[in-house]
Amino acid sequence: MTAKTLYDKLWDAHVVRTEEDGTALLYIDRHLVHEVTSPQAFEGLRLAGRKPWRSHSVVAVPDHNVPTRDRDQGIADPVSRTQVETLQQNVRHFGLTFFPMGDIRQGIVHVIGPEQGATLPGMTVVCGDSHTSTHGAFGALAMGIGTSEVEHVLATQCLLQKKMKSMLISVDGQVGPGVTAKDIVLAIIGEIGTAGGTGYAIEFGGDAIRALSMEGRMTVCNMAIEAGARAGMVAVDDTTIDYVKGRPFAPKGAYWHQAVAAWRELHSDPDARFDRVVHIDAAGIEPQVTWGTSPEMVLPVSGKVPNPDAVADEVKANGMRRALEYMGLTAGMPVSDITVDKIFIGSCTNARLEDIRAAAEVVKGRRVAGNVKLALVVPGSGLVKQQAEQEGLDRIFLDAGFEWREPGCSMCLAMNADRLEPGERCASTSNRNFESRQGLGGRTHLVSPAMAAAAAVTGRFVDVRELN
Amino acid sequence: MEKFETLNALVCPLDRSNVDTDAIIPKQYLKSVKRTGFGPNLFDDWRYLDPGEPGMDHSRRRVNPDFVLNQPRYEGARILLARKNFGCGSSREHAVWALTNYGFRVVIAPSFADIFFNNSFKNGLLPLILDEAIVDQLFREAEASPGYRLTVDLQAQTVVTPSGASFPFQVDPFRRHCLLNGLDDIGLTLQHGEDIRAYEARRRTEAPWLF
Repeated sequence: MTAKTLYDKLWDAHVVRTEEDGTALLYIDRHLVHEVTSPQAFEGLRLAGRKPWRSHSVVAVPDHNVPTRDRDQGIADPVSRTQVETLQQNVRHFGLTFFPMGDIRQGIVHVIGPEQGATLPGMTVVCGDSHTSTHGAFGALAMGIGTSEVEHVLATQCLLQKKMKSMLISVDGQVGPGVTAKDIVLAIIGEIGTAGGTGYAIEFGGDAIRALSMEGRMTVCNMAIEAGARAGMVAVDDTTIDYVKGRPFAPKGAYWHQAVAAWRELHSDPDARFDRVVHIDAAGIEPQVTWGTSPEMVLPVSGKVPNPDAVADEVKANGMRRALEYMGLTAGMPVSDITVDKIFIGSCTNARLEDIRAAAEVVKGRRVAGNVKLALVVPGSGLVKQQAEQEGLDRIFLDAGFEWREPGCSMCLAMNADRLEPGERCASTSNRNFESRQGLGGRTHLVSPAMAAAAAVTGRFVDVRELN
Repeated sequence: MEKFETLNALVCPLDRSNVDTDAIIPKQYLKSVKRTGFGPNLFDDWRYLDPGEPGMDHSRRRVNPDFVLNQPRYEGARILLARKNFGCGSSREHAVWALTNYGFRVVIAPSFADIFFNNSFKNGLLPLILDEAIVDQLFREAEASPGYRLTVDLQAQTVVTPSGASFPFQVDPFRRHCLLNGLDDIGLTLQHGEDIRAYEARRRTEAPWLF
């Protein structure tokens, strides 16, 4: 039998039929839905007189538009409110599983799926959201889709797709203390670029990935899309199975044992061939900080802002010049000289309990620096928030001068009231530093939770390893 | 979906790489529950000098005269010429709707982000890949000659310049078929309903915990 990659195994298990040109009908096990990319799909379904093929496969939650404070007053922005209410009406009409605002299980769709056990190894998982790659951490084939595809999956339980190429990114050896999953994935994007993974499904492997918790693996897979790859994944091991066990949607009893036996096969065979293999030396990874307006514009915290004049490719050099101007930085400036105005700890990349604990550890006994106007912690779900409060982490943040908010996407994309003002500079644990992503004219630097916490208490980017 | 066969149209060159979907249509416009009305907000942050919000009269806003789309010579352009990795970032199909609502039917670039590429075909927008050197040449020609038009022939799979130079391009046969005929792929997939049910029956025995 030919050796298979993890991606081959997941693909083969879900192909319903294949057309002559290789376009396959791929069966979808789990469909996660949020309020922004679904209304037009539900409308299309209704206009065509169609129904969800398997309503049981859908889990819906509002996350992008929800306010992170004063929830008892509802949603102030009428346009946001309409969108959330539209989701409510659609789930009611079609009889779908739904965690509304106010339900302890509500939160960012990519946090709650795994938390509830709605994401399981071996599944195909889709959502109208590019960060669906997160769920690949479970040895699942998870992909972001557009709204037309949301409608297609609702109506047919399938996606039309051609098989992607396969890439293995092996992070060899171990990272040093204070270097996190976020630093690993930013370093990977710095290495292969934001289009390096275009057309590929990426499997992350190597000792440094194996050593990560599920939270860390989710952070890495979450940003596969920032490397251009629609899907990122990690093989199943004990860490995966221990995480899934006992979660509300996870299989129970005899099914559990049957499932675990199947999940144990979810790894690439030793002789499996990948279309591309990239090796990264874990020991060489420092805490990372992005300096520009694309996630590939990233540096170690000890680095200096690069000089476009030293770049031969004119299109690339012009892009760097535009980024420097937008970010208000000059070439040659040390990263550690960059001061910040706001701090955002949250998002589907870094709003899980482990992230909040890591930030709290740095913040404990310290105060938010005087030049920082606002420091936000936005937990990824109601359950993350509750657990963090039981551990007293909210007190650590509040005592230091942070705000402790309700769960949602918040300032990762600023669809709700949480945003940067023009020119404001933010240390953010989110995933995109695009122009105006966090608010019109806002300047985003992507970092790990520990690095964001260190920036909060010092007012600038410092190597978190030197704080302790 | 609107059919696509051939198009002869004015070309607008957007000389930036890694144009992300946040730039194509900023987040505040994603609050709409419709597929239409995004045209005035295509490239909103670059196109206007003042901040925009949904519900505004965008025709009264201050436009940025330096942005390429605002230059009179590109008015009525239906082909967007772009650089590599066009459409990266968010999966928002609103980015494609903004382009088509504005009037674009073709985006030519050396490469596209996967999700944007896929979304385009579902909405009658042709994302057309040409070699970087050819794209460079088209940029030079479009910028040098006001009124520069290209002919895109999906049947023949060619892009033809005003001087008659013809460049072939590749497109998946299935996607080409759907575009040429304006087909709704949900209807096509539902024709295979029996296959889907057979798959489910088999899968239910192999992996019953999924059902």
